[in-house]
Formats: sequence, structure tokens, C-alpha cells
Amino acid sequence: MSSVFGVPLPAILGQLTLGLVNGSFYALLSLGLAVIFGLLGIVNFAHGAFYMLGAFAAYIGLQTFGVNYWWALLLAPLVVGLLGVLIERLFLRHLYRLDPLYGLLLTFGVALIFEGIMRDQFGASGKSYPVPPLLRGVFDLGFMVLPIYRAWVVVASLAVCAMTWFLIERTRLGARLRAATENARLVQAFGINVPLMVMGTYGGGVALAALAGVLAAPVVQVSPLMGSSLVIVVFAVVVIGGMGSIVGAIVSGLVLGLIEGLTKVVYPEASNIVVFVIMALVLMWRPAGLFGREQ
Amino acid sequence: MYVVLAVLALAAPFLGIYPVFLMKLLCFAMFACAFNLLLGYTKMLSFGHAAYFGSAAYVTGWLVAVRGWGTIAGILAGVAASMLLGLVIGAIAVRRQGIYFAMITLALSQLVFFICLQADFTGGENGLQGIPRGSIFGLIGLARDGTMYYFVLAVFVAVYLFIRRIVRSPFGHVLRAIRENEPRAISLGYKVARYKLLAFVLSASIAGLAGSLKALTLGFATLSDVGQGTSGEVILMTLLGGSGTFLGPVVGAGVVLTLQEYLSDHVGAWVSVIIGAIFVVCVMIFRRGVVGEIEWRFAHSRRIARRGA
Repeated sequence: MSSVFGVPLPAILGQLTLGLVNGSFYALLSLGLAVIFGLLGIVNFAHGAFYMLGAFAAYIGLQTFGVNYWWALLLAPLVVGLLGVLIERLFLRHLYRLDPLYGLLLTFGVALIFEGIMRDQFGASGKSYPVPPLLRGVFDLGFMVLPIYRAWVVVASLAVCAMTWFLIERTRLGARLRAATENARLVQAFGINVPLMVMGTYGGGVALAALAGVLAAPVVQVSPLMGSSLVIVVFAVVVIGGMGSIVGAIVSGLVLGLIEGLTKVVYPEASNIVVFVIMALVLMWRPAGLFGREQ
Repeated sequence: MYVVLAVLALAAPFLGIYPVFLMKLLCFAMFACAFNLLLGYTKMLSFGHAAYFGSAAYVTGWLVAVRGWGTIAGILAGVAASMLLGLVIGAIAVRRQGIYFAMITLALSQLVFFICLQADFTGGENGLQGIPRGSIFGLIGLARDGTMYYFVLAVFVAVYLFIRRIVRSPFGHVLRAIRENEPRAISLGYKVARYKLLAFVLSASIAGLAGSLKALTLGFATLSDVGQGTSGEVILMTLLGGSGTFLGPVVGAGVVLTLQEYLSDHVGAWVSVIIGAIFVVCVMIFRRGVVGEIEWRFAHSRRIARRGA
């Protein structure tokens, strides 16, 4: 049995795939944050809560309505995304003229409300969500066994990230979005409905968070507090990647997941904090983040 | 008005209010005043202020309970620890402004939280229990609630006056200039980063003092002192009371703690919903806060009166 630094190779590979799975969630979540920040200029603190709601939507769907995993993958982001649209219309819309700090504080309050409601309804303990039958079992790669579901999470997340990137960087709608990010008033003057686009963008970012929640439901415990500490890690990921950079969000999400997995092998005590330490180091060296522009 | 407040504060233990609650209130009011120094006067939203509050509580608690240090020495060491932590985190965070600053302070405070969770001296999930109050240089015992209350009150008044002095000093004026227009303050030749760092360290130290006193008052220091929830509470207290006013954070601390005290027995998880809803209301329609609104109304009616004359 081969080993590196006295750690058996399968253990390292196992942690690396786990890290890659976590990294996929970081990538999806920080992508949504980056897209929302790019157009609305607010940091969506409720992102973790929407991720949690996505997982719960899948759980409730299965328990109460018998909606299977594949439909949940479609429906949960839709329902939660509509909730996001509602919040944008009711609250966020009135804050765009103000200091962006208010958007952060508002979404923080929104997150507390959702987490409180879910804790009241479902308690603080975690619920388990079964892996869908089609994705049970493992691939035997010879040097390690890879659970099929983990491979699916990575592939699905990467596909969604790639599609989002394509949508924003390569389509007509994306070009309008990017133009509105640069100068919303000018774009509006060209007859493009910017408020509608803003609403859709927020809903879309929220739907991405909910999708991450559905993908995560079978591998983590579905609990009301599953998003509250995750969102802080994702903030750190976004700061490292550079706010508003889409490629930066995806790449740094994946890489940091891998680094976290590696840390679990080398020095497990530090695995919780390694992302924050890296953030501090990056800030000292490049305050705008790795992919960010200095304003 | 201050005379009325002073009389009320001195007489409070005789009015039948639970003194431990009053002390906790004073500690959190002090914490909120420290936070307000950043948010209200410099517009720096630190989203992780519990890190300084909680780590000072741990340091003081550990030194007093485990190492047998005196009360005053324990408090001073707690403040020194939070000052040092504020210097390190502040030095990193003041490199960015606005929401970036908020996210960075949040992430770094989470780092402090995880260190406290895993370190040996904090007692992990259980926290530190049974911290004795001790005495002031062996002269005045603090075990009785009445004596401890006046001690905490004296420290609070001193800190309150100190913050007023800072805000009204030339240094405080520079902070407000940074709040209003940072690029302009830079172009006027002020070393803005240094001013912000100093404000941050001051705020962290006072937050630490509040945490140390809280640990001694209640006799314990736990993970919740250093956690995200406490950071959120102090933001809410300041916002609700009125950021950038002297009395606002005190009023806000009073309202939030009273709500928690009465609600937690009755509504369970809904406390978090109610706190969240207050956040939403404050941000949407009540951005000046209680004291800010009163001051604004007062100034507004005076403006109208002057125009009429």
C-alpha cells in the first residue's frame, strides 16, 4: 500500500474527493453570490438560508408529496427562487439607493427569520435524505472506491457552473446583464427593463443556492442551521476569489474545497479554519482578491 | 436628562429589578457602545465583534478561575487580549471598505470561534463555568450582587464618558470625516488607514472589557459569547437604538435584552424570527433608530421654529 507522509493513499484520495464535493458546493454558492453582487451590489447574507431551504424543499417534497429527487432538482430551485423574487420585490428593491451595508443587514435578518421558522417546525436535529436509487453504489477505480453520488454532485455542479458562465458571458441576455452591471441607467435608457432583470438575477442566484441545497441533501444532514456557518465560509471564498468575478468564484470554490480536504488528512484540527487563514493571507498580498479588480 | 438617568441607575437595585439582569444589560450596553464607535462614527460595519467580547471573557475567566489571578488583573489581561486580537484582525480588515470589511471581519471572527471551540483552556463545548468574582485588590469583595452592580456601573459610566470624549476629540472629528467622505479625508492628507485601525483597536478593547465584566458577573464564559449570534445581537442593538448617537446603543441593548429575557421562555425558536423581523423593520423603515429618530424629530421641530421666527 503506497502512502504519502505516512498517510495511506486511499485516505488522501477519499478526502480529496470529499473536498471536491464540498468545493462544488462552494463553487455553486459563491457563483450565486457573485452574480447577485455583480448586478445588485449587495451581499446576500441569506444565501446560506436559501441553500437550507432548497434542501428542506427536497426533503418536504419527498416526505409529504412523494416528489422524487429528480423533480426536486427542478422544483426546489424554482420554488425557492420565487421566494427570492418576492423578497427582492418587497424589500431589496427599496434599498438600492442606500449604502450597500443595508442590503447585507436586511438579508441577515431574512436569514434569521427563515432559520427560526424552520427550527420551530423541524427542530435543530438533522434529517437524512436518501440517495436516489439510480445514483447508489460505487465506482471501483482500482486504487480507490468512488461513491457514484459524489461523482454526480461534482459533475452536476460543474455543468451548472459552466452553463451559468455561458449564459452570462456568451449570450445576448448575458451581455445586457453585464452592461447593466457597468451602467444601469444607460441600459435602461436603451429600453431594456433593468428592474425586471435585477429581479430575475436575484431569483436566479437564489435558485442556484437552492440547487446546491438539493444536491447536498443526500450527503449532509438536512437541518435548519446547515447554511448559517457555510455562508461564512462562502463569503471567505468570494473574498479570496475577488467579488463579482464569476470565474474567480468557481475556481476558488473548487480549489478551496480541495485544500480543505487535504488539510483534513495532514492536520485535521485546522480543517475548519484553513479557508479563513488563506483569506487573511490573500488579503495581505492582494487586497482585491485573486481574480478581482482594484476599484 | 443625564441626571435622571444617573439617579435611576444608582437606585435601580432598590426598585426591585433583578440586579444580575441589570449588570448583564450594562455589559451589553458597553459592548454596543464600543461597536457604535465603529459603525456610528466611522461607518465600519464589523460583523464579528463577538470575537473580542468572547475572547476577553475566556481570557479573564480562565486566568481568574484556573490560574487564581486577581479580579482587576484578570480584567486587564482580558482587555489586553482583545486589544491584541483587534490589532491583528483590524490590520487585515481595514485594507478593504464597506461590505468587504464586513465580510472579512465576519470570516476572521469565525476563525476565532473555531479556535475557541478547539483550544483546551476554553473548555470547548462546555465553556468555562464557576468563575469567581473575587474582589477589588482584596479590599472590596464583589460576591454580593449589590456591590458588583455598583462596580459594573462605575466602569460603564467611565467607559461611556471616555467614548464621548473620543468622539468629541479631534480624533473623533477625523473619524466622522472618514465616515462622510473617505476619499476626501485621504486627499486632505489624513492617514485614513491608521485612524481606522486605531478606532478598530479601541472598539475591540472596550468590547473586551465588556466581555470580561460579563464573564465575572455571570460566572461563565461560553462559545455563544464568541459566536455569530452575539455579533448579530450587538449590531441589532446599535441599529435599533440609533447608530451614531451616544445613548442609542444603550437603549438598543435594553430593548433587545428585555425582549430576549421575556420571549425566550414563551416562544422558543421564534426568538430568532422576531430578532430577524426587527432587523428587517429597522433596515426598511427605521434606519435612524429610536434615539436617532427622537433627536431628528427634535432638531426638525427646532428648524421649523427657527424658520417661523
